[in-house]
Amino acid sequence: MTTALAQGITHTTGWESAIFYVLGTIAVLAALGLVLARSAIHCALMLVVVQFCLAVFYFAQDAPFLGAVQIIVYAGAIMVLFLFVIMLIGIDSSDSLVEVLRGQRVAAVVLGFGFAGLIVFPTGSAIAGTTAVGLDSANGVGNVQGIARLLFTNYVFAFEIVSALLIIAAVGAMVLGHRERTPRPTQRELSEQRIAGEHPSAWTGPGVYADHDAVDSPALLPDGSPARASLPENMSQDDIIERVGIEK
Amino acid sequence: MNPANYLLLSGVLFTIGTVGVLLRRNAIVVFMSVELMLNAVNLSLVTFSRLKGTLDGQVIAFFVMVVAAAEVVVGLAIIVTIFRTRRSASVDDANLLKY
Repeated sequence: MTTALAQGITHTTGWESAIFYVLGTIAVLAALGLVLARSAIHCALMLVVVQFCLAVFYFAQDAPFLGAVQIIVYAGAIMVLFLFVIMLIGIDSSDSLVEVLRGQRVAAVVLGFGFAGLIVFPTGSAIAGTTAVGLDSANGVGNVQGIARLLFTNYVFAFEIVSALLIIAAVGAMVLGHRERTPRPTQRELSEQRIAGEHPSAWTGPGVYADHDAVDSPALLPDGSPARASLPENMSQDDIIERVGIEK
Repeated sequence: MNPANYLLLSGVLFTIGTVGVLLRRNAIVVFMSVELMLNAVNLSLVTFSRLKGTLDGQVIAFFVMVVAAAEVVVGLAIIVTIFRTRRSASVDDANLLKY
């Protein structure tokens, strides 16, 4: 190793290599589990595993701030949001196995292997023998201080734009998630409607003078015919009337 | 181990995320695959930061995290809205724009 390269890192420490190989394997397996698991909950848990592995990698690569943000924001907040929505729209909404496009899955897997080859092999040949400068000097005053200095000098416009983006996203989520409620009639409106209507007395309850008092058996009028008004509105009234007898 | 090997892992994770987007039908799982791709890119940015000896990569990874958080909020709100009208989270059911 020449003196110029003496500053650089050509090999990581044994500990970091061990962490890389163990957690890298776990991360790849968990990512495959994310793609292959049927239940959305299992997918979310697999993604949490991947994100924890990546957080450890950030710590190992002299990025403690990003490692902490990864755990707090990603594995904490964002994944809780995902799980919240999964619970909201139904935990049993697992994928259908019906193939809508013929051969789409096979094509996707083949394309995936091709894409992996396209990324991994050129990268592998390009990084052979490279040395890393390392972050010892850049992190000299501290990782958080270094990031803050860059964030508020070189990247201050991007920082401001991102803050605007966050506010827009929050407002957008509120607009999308807000549901217009149809106003329920008040008690006064209901009673006025009843008095002004053609049926001022109380509605006949189901089961009056009928042979049983189930809610789907209509009240019988004096001539023995079923009273349609005694049935709840949300039932299939025609079927019931037809079953019970002739409507008056 | 060469420290640049993290880039290979990042590429593999990105590919798995891509395949997940292509394979899955559940909109939430598709979304999680997109998150996996963003995470893979973040890993490569942090690795580049270490290879080059500057903190710019970490700052950009930080921005990616913030944008991903905003994207997740809006995306999940869209998914919930679609679910409210169609009672389904499958991407095949939201095909009204096709016709």
